[in-house]
Amino acid sequence: MNYVPGTASLIDDIDKKHLVLLRDGRTLIGFLRSIDQFANLVFHQTVERIHVGKKFGDIPRGIFIVRGENVVLLGEIDVEKPCDAVLQQVSIEEILEEQRLQQQTKQETEKVKLQVLKDRGLSIPKADNLDEY
Amino acid sequence: MLMLMCVCVRLQLFYSFFKSLVGKDVVVELKNDLSICGTLHSVDQYLNIKLTDISVTDPEKYPHMLSVKNCFIRGSVVRYVQLPADEVDTQLLQDAARKEAMQQKQ
Repeated sequence: MNYVPGTASLIDDIDKKHLVLLRDGRTLIGFLRSIDQFANLVFHQTVERIHVGKKFGDIPRGIFIVRGENVVLLGEIDVEKPCDAVLQQVSIEEILEEQRLQQQTKQETEKVKLQVLKDRGLSIPKADNLDEY
Repeated sequence: MLMLMCVCVRLQLFYSFFKSLVGKDVVVELKNDLSICGTLHSVDQYLNIKLTDISVTDPEKYPHMLSVKNCFIRGSVVRYVQLPADEVDTQLLQDAARKEAMQQKQ
């Protein structure tokens, strides 16, 4: 991320509404205010969006500083493209409850899978624990 | 600062390779198993990729990308960049890689 023309730079994305996907699976939406060479980001009027199935919920979070190593993807939100056609917004309590249930079923299936693998003497490292080069 | 300049000097090969592919359609597969199809807009020395007109190729179990048309992908999270075979001159790439390897040895 430097000032040589033709290279990928976030300079033009400043002050626009963006969606950032983090390595832990979270989605943050807000106005990008500041960047640096490590893709550290400063977000303003940030909202954490939780998706479960076709439902989603927004939690207002204020100002966020995201360390670059946790950024997976940064996307510019197109205000003309409405997402309400497919998705349904629900209250914070409801989406948190849905998320808790989803995490629970996921953990149970993971546990069963790990046990089966363990019985066969195999283990798979989790992708989010891998170090950067 | 010195460490960043080392990245610049040693990894120019694929940076140049991707620069030659700007404008082509690619599919980027990320380490979190998300696959994104789009047109390569730009790339930088860290192999961060900017794609335009993106679409999520796999079944849309990632609904949050619906309103996003352009995106910036951090180089460190890319697993694969899938390219059509006719966009790549593999002989040229092989020769360039061999030359780079020789230069690095010295």
